Amino acid sequence: MAQSLDRLRESASQTAGPYVHIGLTPNFCGIGGVYENDLGAGMVNDKTKGERISVRMRVLDGTGTPLKDALVEIWQADTDGLYNSPSEMRGAADPNFVGWGRKATDMDTGECMFETVKPGWVPFKDGRLMAPHITVWIVARGINIGLHTRMYFPEEEKANAEDPVLARIEHRVRVPTLIAERQGDGSYIFDIHLQGEKETVFFDI
Amino acid sequence: MTADPLSNRKPETGAFFQRDRTWHPAAFTPGYKTSVLRSPQKALLSLDNTLSEITGPVFGHDILGELDNDLIHNFAKPGESAIGPRIVVYGRVLDERGKGVPGALLEFWQANAGGRYRHKKEGYVAALDPNFGGCGRTITDEDGGYAFRTIQPGPYPWPNGPNDWRPAHIHFSVFGHGFAQRLITQMYFEGDPMIWQCPIVKTIPDRVAVEGLIAALDMQATIPMDARAYKFDIVLRGRRSSLFENRLEGN
Ligand SMILES: [Fe+2]
Repeated sequence: MAQSLDRLRESASQTAGPYVHIGLTPNFCGIGGVYENDLGAGMVNDKTKGERISVRMRVLDGTGTPLKDALVEIWQADTDGLYNSPSEMRGAADPNFVGWGRKATDMDTGECMFETVKPGWVPFKDGRLMAPHITVWIVARGINIGLHTRMYFPEEEKANAEDPVLARIEHRVRVPTLIAERQGDGSYIFDIHLQGEKETVFFDI
Repeated sequence: MTADPLSNRKPETGAFFQRDRTWHPAAFTPGYKTSVLRSPQKALLSLDNTLSEITGPVFGHDILGELDNDLIHNFAKPGESAIGPRIVVYGRVLDERGKGVPGALLEFWQANAGGRYRHKKEGYVAALDPNFGGCGRTITDEDGGYAFRTIQPGPYPWPNGPNDWRPAHIHFSVFGHGFAQRLITQMYFEGDPMIWQCPIVKTIPDRVAVEGLIAALDMQATIPMDARAYKFDIVLRGRRSSLFENRLEGN
């Protein structure tokens, strides 16, 4: 026998269930008066630096039906590519931008929308730049462990082609599952397919 | 770099330990029917954390209201309180290295003492408690410790099999220091025979992993003549030391 490494095991994940809104977006589901606002509901204020963007997201099941009880969180860098986090050692991020947002998908349409800024460039471990992207985390009833993925921008064709994370996707036909579409009004739409032919690339990261 | 209001220790910048996917529930668990159409079927893309996962949002104590950690009173009319067995839930948020995680935001939600959620999609016949909302939150202290007051939730039936019931449980959402640590789980209560019959609990393949989600009754931490106490520790992914990692120029 060797010495023990004295490691603990991560607590096992369990589904967020159908009533995730009570805990994470109580005002959205009609529980008013406990918290002033739902955390993560607003990401920008008038002083936030950078290009304002709207991102609509849907989460679709294996039949293509949008989930009406999903919860989506996003995490992103500011316009200069800096994260508002203690682990960000490269400089101070925009104090008017937390970089984190949280939305429940609409109980009728299954859509949620984030008003944010377009993120700047963030370096990969080897110093190459990653294309601008938003980290996305999805939980819902029927999802046993939160799903991590990324949204990239369709107008960044060159940057996406050189992105070291997208480059890791063996089946190139799946790369577009991580790239949002731009709508006529300038907003982005990002459909996340949980399974099926168009299944989104999810990360074990 | 943002100042951590809780600590003057140096922020950690290492990548997180690989997640043991055999310890967690699989995505596809047919015993829990809703997972069938909501489970990715292709292999996950594995890669080492980048800055986008090593970093994560920090929440200051200024977001917290006075009653956020008291579900007995945070939805109740003045002078009234929620109905049910009064309990304190306390514990620590640790990482896999055994280190306390300070400044971790914990959000929790639950059914009332009759097993009924305050939610428009909820159809269980059990009565709503007008003084119980069912949500609360807190932020861990310098050692990773936390505590809140609530009432013990009831078990409830749910549409899965024709007669499936959830054991009494409290849902927890946890933020650590990096977005890769993000975790949602559930707390169960020591001695509840319903735990081992639950299709959602059974999504966890390892009995020891289930036991890690069962809070222990702690009579030494009770508030005499007021509330019993349950201890529930939560473990987040550990992170590698960045001491021996190559520092790249300009990085
Ligand atoms: Fe529940």
